[in-house]
Amino acid sequence: MSPIVQVRGLRYAYEDGTEALKGIDFELQPGETVALLGANGSGKTTFALHLNGLLRATSGTIAIDGLELRESNLKEIRRRVGLVFQDSDNQLFMPTVLEDVAFAPLAAGINSTAALAKAWLALEQVGMAHKAGKAPWHLSAGEKKRVAIAGILAEEPKILVLDEPTTFLDPPGQRGLAELLSSLPQAKILITHDVPFAARLAEVAVFFQEGRIAAKDTIPTIVRQFDW
Amino acid sequence: MRHARIDRWSRLDSPVHRLHPVAKVLAALGMLVAVATMTKPVLHLVAVYFAMLGVCVLAARLPVVRMLTGAAVVLPFACAIGVVSILSGDPNRAIMLLVRSYLSSLTALLLVASTPLSELLGGLDRLGAPAFLLQVMQFLYRYLMVLREEASAMRDAAASRAGSVRILEFKKAAGAAGVLFARAHTRASAIHRAMVARGFDGRMPTFRPTPLLLSDAIFAAAAVCAVVAARLALK
Amino acid sequence: MHIPDGFLSARVWVPLDLAAAPAVAWLGRRAQRDFDHHRIPLMGVMGAFIFAAQMINFPVGNGTSGHLVGGALLSFTLGPAAASIVMTAILAIQALIFQDGGLLALGANVFNMAIAGVLAGYLPYLLLKGRKYGIFLGGVLSLLVSAILALVELALSGVPMPRAVLTVSVALFVVSAVVEGAITVAVVGALEKIQPGFLRRPAANGGSARIALALAASVLACAGVFVASQHPDGLERFAQKTGIWSNAKSVVHSPLADYQMAGGHWIGRSIAGLLGIGIVYLVCRVATRALSQRPGEGS
Repeated sequence: MSPIVQVRGLRYAYEDGTEALKGIDFELQPGETVALLGANGSGKTTFALHLNGLLRATSGTIAIDGLELRESNLKEIRRRVGLVFQDSDNQLFMPTVLEDVAFAPLAAGINSTAALAKAWLALEQVGMAHKAGKAPWHLSAGEKKRVAIAGILAEEPKILVLDEPTTFLDPPGQRGLAELLSSLPQAKILITHDVPFAARLAEVAVFFQEGRIAAKDTIPTIVRQFDW
Repeated sequence: MRHARIDRWSRLDSPVHRLHPVAKVLAALGMLVAVATMTKPVLHLVAVYFAMLGVCVLAARLPVVRMLTGAAVVLPFACAIGVVSILSGDPNRAIMLLVRSYLSSLTALLLVASTPLSELLGGLDRLGAPAFLLQVMQFLYRYLMVLREEASAMRDAAASRAGSVRILEFKKAAGAAGVLFARAHTRASAIHRAMVARGFDGRMPTFRPTPLLLSDAIFAAAAVCAVVAARLALK
Repeated sequence: MHIPDGFLSARVWVPLDLAAAPAVAWLGRRAQRDFDHHRIPLMGVMGAFIFAAQMINFPVGNGTSGHLVGGALLSFTLGPAAASIVMTAILAIQALIFQDGGLLALGANVFNMAIAGVLAGYLPYLLLKGRKYGIFLGGVLSLLVSAILALVELALSGVPMPRAVLTVSVALFVVSAVVEGAITVAVVGALEKIQPGFLRRPAANGGSARIALALAASVLACAGVFVASQHPDGLERFAQKTGIWSNAKSVVHSPLADYQMAGGHWIGRSIAGLLGIGIVYLVCRVATRALSQRPGEGS
């Protein structure tokens, strides 16, 4: 089976010259879930932003389901890779839940009827259809996260990348999120500091250290190796 | 919070809420223009307009007392200028200022309390308001709450360290405003990033606007005609 | 300073609404040209920032406190066109949601605060090339110009302004203008410490010169009208002599107020009134559409 994400020799430097990524090689199989662990500033989020073409690598290649990321196919890459950001408030920018979830399909140029159908489907998938008419600020943190995920699912992505999804969530919210995520068939990349949460969803973790992948192993091994 | 309350009201369901925003905007404008051009205090006319608005408030199933007090936010200013008018020997003008400003305020409140802002902006778009401005308004409204929460969290943090909010010096207040500005900026980039990640290419997508039904057109026409006719018949 | 509905007479709010609509459309186009496309969230969030910043108390002595109004600060950070649009959005949200300022008076309020106020705040910044006293003067002028314009419009609408009231209001305006100047300087100082890149250095291009010229002209005109309104007899005599008044009256007044054209019957006058409103709306819409489209771009 060919990998759905294939990254080779990825390097990235900020404008001031600091290297944030120093040669990343990474693979993800269809349906697989991998956790990205590592200290703050070790390059996890920077790496995730590359998968969606939001940051452009200094060198190296990224291929999503066999399609190599280029300026010309950014739109298609962004449709295939769904990025769920840490702060849901930044992601839910439309006035109502339904409009927000329908944003990506509408932006892709689908007609409103079809976009609405996709949005409803995604909302049902995350169990938030009953809040469709609400304004985002009326939602709890857990509900906001679910809606943010619905907004991504409406794009029908092949890969989900979740950046610190448990931030702001209470324990029931975290359990609910874990159940929701394990019910979704997509391949997942999970950036988190929450090891128990990662262990519920992923077998394998990669450990980021100063812009490099220091190890790839089962989660208990990684935790032991790096005293995490 | 005033705007959270209005937002909640605007999402209720009633015959008035179900009317097309364009129809409601036109009816409200008709009322506003008629009220604004009243020059003599004609009790009948004021009573008729007040009754018209009252019927709409009831039909919209909005809380009557809170609507009436909500519209009263203009009264302090109107009263202040009214007192000046009375002192300069023009009590008629004072009465008219109060009546006109209150009726106008109630009209505007009725419009926003029966129409969710996003739909209202959609209606204004169809009436030809600049789309760019409406989009900025939409984002402003969406992040009003978020930034106010940040500001009050910062105020609490400052107060818990200084012992009191009032001890904040001028420079520190400026520092707080600066930090708030920087955070707003960062948030704007994060929002933009999230938009781009979901396929934003510079144009805000919109739903195909809901069609204006015959009943909406009839409502708008009837409302505007009634308002204008009353204005011109009751002199 | 937000004028509610019911205070301005039709000969004041109609022309100002008519003028503000295309002006905002034009400024919107300019703001779009100046920014790349992260402008929409940025401008909206900056508007929300101004709302939130009003929760911060600036102590000004005697236990009282001032609040940032923000027109000048926005023009230094976003540029004048985008600042005008953000202020317009703020005023529109205030009028709609908070009943702070009227809907028919929105044109007047936009003209006072979002157009003249913002440009008046930007002008010293531009001329003094971003120096500290330019920033201070910007804050002062933006508030002062807005307030004086509001006062002039109220006076033109026949709201009585006895000398005592006028003196007190002008004194209050001057104090709040100085406070706004001081707050603006302090916030800009704080921003420079946090990240110098927030301030847009005033660019010396043709556009800015045109803005400066337009502003100087409008301020002069306002000052003239203000002085004249203190001597209404003189204005009227001047107008009668030159015939401006009757011309202006027939141009500005007739669509809305001159119902006589359809005879005395109230049905006829109703129709005339509706027609007048329709014409005003059409003019606004055509002007707005024409000005908000980039050349060669359809709607």
